[in-house]
This record gives sequence, C-alpha cells and structure tokens, in this order.
Amino acid sequence: MRPGDPGPSCDCDAMRPGEQGPSCDCGPAVAGRAVPRAPRESRSPHDENGTVHSCGQSCRWGGTGGRWGSPRASEVERGGGTPLARVSENRPRPAAAPRTLHPGAWWLWAISLGVAATRTTNPLLLALLLAASGYVVATHRSSAPWARSYTAFVRLALAVVLIRVLFAVALGSPIPGTHTLLTLPEVPLPHWAQGIRLGGRVTAEAVLFAAYDGLKLATLLVCVGAANALASPSRLLKSLPGALYETGVAVVVALTFAPHLIADVRRLRAARRLRGRPDRGLRGLLQVGLPVLEGALERSVALAAAMEARGYGRTAEVPAPVRRTTTALTLGGLLGVCAGTYGLLTAEGGTYGLPVLLAGVLAALAGLRLGGRRSPRTRYRPDPWGAHAWLVTGSGAAVAALLTLASVRDPEALHPGVVPLVAPALPLWPAVAVLLALLPAFVVPREPS
Amino acid sequence: MIRFEDVSVTYEGAAGPTVTGVDFEVPEGELVLLAGPSGVGKSTVLGAVSGLVPHFTGGTLRGRVTVAGRDTRTHQPRELADVVGTVGQDPLAHFVTDTVEDELAYGMESLGLAPAVMRRRVEETLDLLGLAALRGRPIATLSGGQRQRVAIGSVLTPHPQVLVLDEPTSALDPAAAEEVLAVLQRLVHDLGTTILMAEHRLERVIQYADRMVLLPSPGATPLTGTPSEIMAVSPVYPPVIALGRLADWTPLPLTIRDARRQAAPLRARLADSPSRRDSPTPASGPIPAPQQHRFRSRFRRTTPTPAPDHQHLARIHALSLRRDTTQALRHIDLTISKGETIALMGRNGAGKSTLLNTLVGLLAPTTGTVTVGGLTPHRTPPPTLIRQVGLVPQDPRDLLYADTVAAECAAADKDAGATEGTCRALVSELLPDITDDTHPRDLSEGQRLALALAVVLTARPPLLLLDEPTRGLDYAAKARLVSVLRSLAAEGHAIVLATHDVELAAELAHRVVLLAEGEVIADGPMAEIVVSSPSFAPQVTKILAPQHWLTVSEVREALR
Repeated sequence: MRPGDPGPSCDCDAMRPGEQGPSCDCGPAVAGRAVPRAPRESRSPHDENGTVHSCGQSCRWGGTGGRWGSPRASEVERGGGTPLARVSENRPRPAAAPRTLHPGAWWLWAISLGVAATRTTNPLLLALLLAASGYVVATHRSSAPWARSYTAFVRLALAVVLIRVLFAVALGSPIPGTHTLLTLPEVPLPHWAQGIRLGGRVTAEAVLFAAYDGLKLATLLVCVGAANALASPSRLLKSLPGALYETGVAVVVALTFAPHLIADVRRLRAARRLRGRPDRGLRGLLQVGLPVLEGALERSVALAAAMEARGYGRTAEVPAPVRRTTTALTLGGLLGVCAGTYGLLTAEGGTYGLPVLLAGVLAALAGLRLGGRRSPRTRYRPDPWGAHAWLVTGSGAAVAALLTLASVRDPEALHPGVVPLVAPALPLWPAVAVLLALLPAFVVPREPS
Repeated sequence: MIRFEDVSVTYEGAAGPTVTGVDFEVPEGELVLLAGPSGVGKSTVLGAVSGLVPHFTGGTLRGRVTVAGRDTRTHQPRELADVVGTVGQDPLAHFVTDTVEDELAYGMESLGLAPAVMRRRVEETLDLLGLAALRGRPIATLSGGQRQRVAIGSVLTPHPQVLVLDEPTSALDPAAAEEVLAVLQRLVHDLGTTILMAEHRLERVIQYADRMVLLPSPGATPLTGTPSEIMAVSPVYPPVIALGRLADWTPLPLTIRDARRQAAPLRARLADSPSRRDSPTPASGPIPAPQQHRFRSRFRRTTPTPAPDHQHLARIHALSLRRDTTQALRHIDLTISKGETIALMGRNGAGKSTLLNTLVGLLAPTTGTVTVGGLTPHRTPPPTLIRQVGLVPQDPRDLLYADTVAAECAAADKDAGATEGTCRALVSELLPDITDDTHPRDLSEGQRLALALAVVLTARPPLLLLDEPTRGLDYAAKARLVSVLRSLAAEGHAIVLATHDVELAAELAHRVVLLAEGEVIADGPMAEIVVSSPSFAPQVTKILAPQHWLTVSEVREALR
C-alpha cells in the first residue's frame, strides 16, 4: 500500500497476501471504523490527577465489534474475550513464538552446577561438568548479542587456570613433590619474608595441583557465563517484586551503559584515524575519554526523557495508613534481620537468633509486597514457572546435592591426590550424577532462531 | 486536541526566548506538520506537547499547553503518557528493553494495563506495523527503518490520542521512509490519531499534512495554515514547490500528481529550450563511461589489475568484506576519477558506510584490493593517508575533540602538518559568523558538519568522502553544502557521498552507484540511473518525465 492512496485506507491483501490479520479493517469489522468516535462522547472524563485508571484510550477506538476493542473495564472483566481475542484464539498465528523458559530456572541450574564444581577437584568430573553445561548452552542459547558473552567467560576461565599455574611455578607451592620438571633460579629473600619463595624447583605435583585448583574456579566462571548466555540478566528483572522494579530498571540501564561506552570508545578511536592520529595506544584512549563521556551523558539524558514520557515512575495513590505500615514493616524487618544475624553469630544469642532473623525476613517481605501497591505496573507475559522450569532447576539441584554427598562419602575420588602422582580416575556414580545436568538439553523446547 | 495558548519558552542561561507567541490548536484526527529552518525551536514546541519542556529540560514556559484537556503545567510527562506518545530523533535512545515484543509492551506496563489487554494490543500493533516477523528479535539487530517502526509501535500500544514525532524519516532510505509514512497515514485515517510532526525533508511528508505550522525564524511568531498557504511564504520548501514558484503555478502543487497536471505548458516550453536533454548528460566534469555491473564470472576474477592510471584517484578491485557472520560487501569493482562526484545510494544497511570505511582504511578488505592514490589504506599510517583521502563520518561529532573551534582548528593544522591558520581560514569560508571560542557541541547540525568538513579539508585530500551529510540539515544548510562541494569538485577534488537524499544527489552527483546487499547493482550517470527508479528519482524528474530534468536550477537555467 502506498501512502496517499485515496482508495480504501486498509488493503489487507496488499499488505500480507493470504492473511487477514485482525489489525486490518477488512470484513465484518468495518462497522467499527464507520463509527470510530461515537463512544467518545460517553467516555468518563479523565481523572484530573492523571491516575492510570481513568478510562483508557481504547474507548475512542472502540465500537461494536470494532477491532480496537471495547472499553477497558469490560475487557478486563471478560479476560480479553472481545471479538478480536476470539478471532485470534480460533486461528493461532504462525508467528507466535513459544515463550522461553523462566530465566530464573536457568540461573538456578547454572548456580547449582557452580556449587557442584566447588565440591570436587577431579579434572575428569570438572571437564564433564564443563562439557555438559557447554552442550546445553550450544543447544539452547539464542542468537541475541548478549548470548555471545559465553565466549568471553570461557576466555576468562582459561586465563584463570593459566594465572593459577603461573603463580605456582613462580612462587612455588607447599605441595611436597619429587618429580622435578625444571629448576628456576631462586631469588634470595630477606629473613622477614620467610615462607615466601621466588623461583626454585618446579615439581609436576605442584603444577598439577595448581591446575586442578584453577580448573575448579574456571568451571565456576563458565557456569556463570552459561547462565548469562541462556537468560540475559534483564529478563530476570521481570520477576522482581513491583516495589523493586524501578530500581531494577535503573540497574539494568546502568549495566547496558558499559557496552555502549565500549562501542563509543571503539568508534571514536577509529575516528582518530580520520584526523591523521594513530588509533592505538594509551594517549588515543585518553583523548577520546571526554567526548565519549559527553556522548554517554547525552544518551542517558535522552533515554531518561524517553522513559519519563512513556510513564516510567508513575505512582498510584496509596492511603496514608498503608504507606506507614509499609515503612514500619520494611524498617522493622531490616532491623530484625540485623539483630537476628548478630544473634546467630554470637555465642550467647543462639536461642533468639534464628526466630528473630526469620521474623525480620518475613516483615521485610511483607513490606516489599505492600510497597508494590504504590506502583501501578503490570507485567506483560510474565515467564511462567512451569514443569520445564522445575525440571531444569531440579536437574541442577540434583547435581549439586549428589556431588556434595559424594564429596562426603568418597572424598578421595573427588579430590584425586597429587602425591604420589597418579592419574585421576573417573568415579562412576558422581560422573552419572554430573550427566544429569544435561537434562535441560533434551527436555526444554528450543528457542526458534 | 493539542492547544497552545500564547506559549513562549525560555531556557535557563539563554539570552532570549527560544519560541514566542506560539498559539495554535491541533484538532483531533489531523496530521499537522511543523516546519522551519533548523534552530527555530521545532523540538521545543514538540517537547512542550509531551510536557518534557519544561518539566524535564528546565527553563520557563509562559502561556498554557493543554493536551486532551490536561494542562502540562499541572501534569508531569509521565502523567501524560497515556494521551501523548513521543518518538524522538534517535530511536535508539528511546528503547528501554532488549527485544521488540517487550519494547512494545513497556509503555503499557508502566500504565498498568491488564495483562490480557496488553497481549492483545501487542499482537495488533505487530500486525499494524508489519513487525510480526521481528517480534522476538533483539532491537540491536534491527535496521534503521525497522527501529523507527518499533519506536512508533512502542508508543502506539498505550493507544495515545496524540503522537508527537521529531524527524521520523530523516535517517531512513526512501523506501523505509515510505513504510513509516504509510503507517502514520493509516493511524490518522483509520484510527483518528492526532499527529504533530517535525520534519526537514518536506518533499517526503508534505502531501500527508492536513495543516502546517511554520516557524519562520528563531523567536518569530509561528504561522499556521493549509500546506499550500504556508508553502507560498515559507523559507523552506521542497523542489516541487520550488518548481511551482518558478513556473507561477496557482494553486501551488504539493504533490507530484498535482504538479504533473499543471506541468504540460512548462514541458512544452522546455522541449524547445536549447539546453534540453534527450539523452541525459551530467551537469559538468568528466563523464565516466556508463558501466553496468557485469555478472561475476571466473574470467573476470582472473583478469589482472590494469596498470595504475593517474586519472584514477582510487581503485577498488574485487573487494569483498565479511563482518562477523554477515557478508557486508561482495565483489565490488569501482574506480574514482579526479573531479568526479559520485552518489552512493541504496537502502539502510546496503553497505554504503562499509565501502567508505574501507576507502579510509578503517576496515580491511577480506579479499580484493583497495588503492587510494597508490596506497593501501588499511596499511598506511594515518598521517600519510589523510593527505590522500578524508572522510566526514555520519556523526561529525566523532571528529571533534576540542572544546573550542579555535583549539579544534589548531589541532587540525598540527595533525595535517599544514601551515597555521589553514583550518581557521577554511572555517571562516564555510561558516562566516563563527567565533573562536564557540564549543563545537553548541553548533547546529549544519555548522558542525561544516567544521568537520574544514578539519578534513585542512590536509587537502584529493578524495573526499561524506557519509550521510544531510541528516538534520534544513534546505538552506543543504544549499550551502551543495555550493561548497561544487566548488571543491571544480578544484579537482573527487567527492563520494553516501546518501539517502535523492534531491541532494541530483544537485551534485555526476555519477550514481547503487548498492544492494553489498553488491553494486547499477553504476552510471545520475540522470540515466535515477530516471528509471521510482524511489530514487528526484521530484523534478518525476514531474517533467518523460523529459530528463533533475533539479530546479537546471530548469531555471533552461528557461533563461
């Protein structure tokens, strides 16, 4: 359809051949267009306070059988059962993507794997954990830019292992070893630095021990990376309680600030070439600093203006008693948490510590829930916590629990000794337990690319 | 629906009011176009509708602005969010979430709509704007036109009665702009939405406007009227109006169609004109042989590069470039000769900027060769390269680091090894009334572009590249740019412009290169290529077809 066509203003066939979507006024709904503004006259006047629950603009686009629906109040009552909604129910749209798994499930799964990784230094088990989480990431990560962070985490993990081994080589290690790999020249240190060694004998045992230890940390990091790749932190935000939502948005906006800043620095450093200056080196970085910060500030102000204009920070009127109760509950709850923690940590507070802590937590949660009333926000398609989410979380938790159990029952198998030097063996039951982490790869439906 | 009552706005620290005596009313269901040269306060007027001026920007607003009966003095922007939807100049600055679907829902979530209602409206809006296939896409991966549509969609879902748009089509290629305008047209006609829109590219939007508000100069009282009334007196006007004024057509035509109905006598006069062009020729300068892009063949690939020819400033041979996983450029062959002006056109994301960046060595070719003045750009040290080729990037601010014009010029002289004062002389030539201590960020878009151009020209590069130079420029600034670039071309500079602005290309270019999906799909004289293309033909060509005229100035010359 070309703009300015004087003919029928909506030409469904020209827009999308073969599909008559509900957005087009084709067919029976033309009546809705013919009297588009009729219901406006009867519309209830806007609340002068500008509160949200004045009659929505849907009124004006309403009309009998109109595409743009009837007034909101009735929509809410009928659960969206307007003629339009029924149309879409009868004819499922092909483009409708299944919503993805609850992001919290992925994070719990990944954190559980991380916990499992801290229970063992067996390189075979750790490698199995890495492979399992890597496989799930490979099958289930989306094509979104934030999913690429996995590679960054893998690189970081490699660096951790390397640094750990280098430290063991350079600074020596308390592991008594007999297999000398090489001998570095030892730097004599004054007597007050006793216990620190620079250089000297490097034994295979010490290197191996450091590598096992580094691998444990690396696995933990890769697990966090997997969580990032499978569910972006900003999706987690949707599950935050209403009272914390606005703070959460601010945090997420601040988080996305960093990638933008890096992109700006890159662009401006490249632009230095156009001025005939070298685009590498520290000076280049420093010179673009101010323009980058200026640009970032301008962008933040523009975003803040856009958010404000889109209703960010609207508050609903809350009766004064509710407000006071909220404050009392939140403050009291936090005090309770402090007192309870103190009680738990001191020797004589053992009796009152736990109950006070629990009461504090409960009061703070109630305060948060009540505080949510001030925010009129609703959630669009909140991620449901369904069977899949339980399965994913369960598989992670099972791995963590079984490895913890194994580390108690059979510590030798999970912490292979380096003195004497032996090849680590793969303990059967813990290995099978680790394989449980693969469950999400098979049960969770894949995101359409 | 929107009512301005004797409004004036004074920003803090400003010498005088930015706008005064703004007094007009926008009735429900109308599309009103706000026009005027840059810097007259169009954005201020738009901001006053959503309440961002003065609640967010600061400053003092006198008078009264009411939107749907709500006074912006007593209502914060967030309390107007359910009646006014605002889309700013840069859609990227507008997005709060990561994906298309969440972005469409964000505004409704803030307003607290019921989940079932939100779900339905998101589906409706996806269909209305043709975004259904993009619903799950991360916003960062969308093209310019798609982003603009998502930005419009994201403010449509709360069903605002008023839409406020600041230059919705400036950054878009002609096809994407039509896409966005079709949507706006539909909102006005089918849904009775009231739209207030500012746009520099009047040729794209004027035929959709019911009424116009003209801000003739800074601080002047705005005029309101029908588009043809306003166009008769406006200092800014599209080529169709210019032609109408030249030929004394009454009433002034606003659309190609109206103009064609009145154009028969003019066509007859032009047919007898001595400079009439049956076979199109470029305005001046050397004429490269029309060269249609030939089909890639194995034979072609093995052809050895011909010996360097001194007429050619730059030569691109079999250039391909991959970025991440996308093939940005495919097998491009191009030569650029002295004194030639080339317009590089194609839709957003076709590879125009990538091609320019390879010419200045910001990107290294994956395969193929690029030589500029006998050098390989990405292996040449920057100080040597800037004497051969200069690029003014899409955002000229990227080139400017210093905090005064004088410091910027001194740095440019030093970078280029030019004698002191070279850059300042160029700046004075391009911008006569700029003082030394002005901060580059305080300049208008056009002034900033001129400063960046002066900085680049300090090194006297024979090849000058400009990426999207007319974004945000009004007609006067564009005309100045055209005269500057023409004189540079006359001095023997070769100029390559990547642009969506067909009117600018028609004014300047001898040759046009069309890119699509990283391939050259057409390469030849401007007149020959654009005449046959419905989206790339300038207005004058469309009005005077089948004769081949490109610009109003050509017609004016011929009528003398």
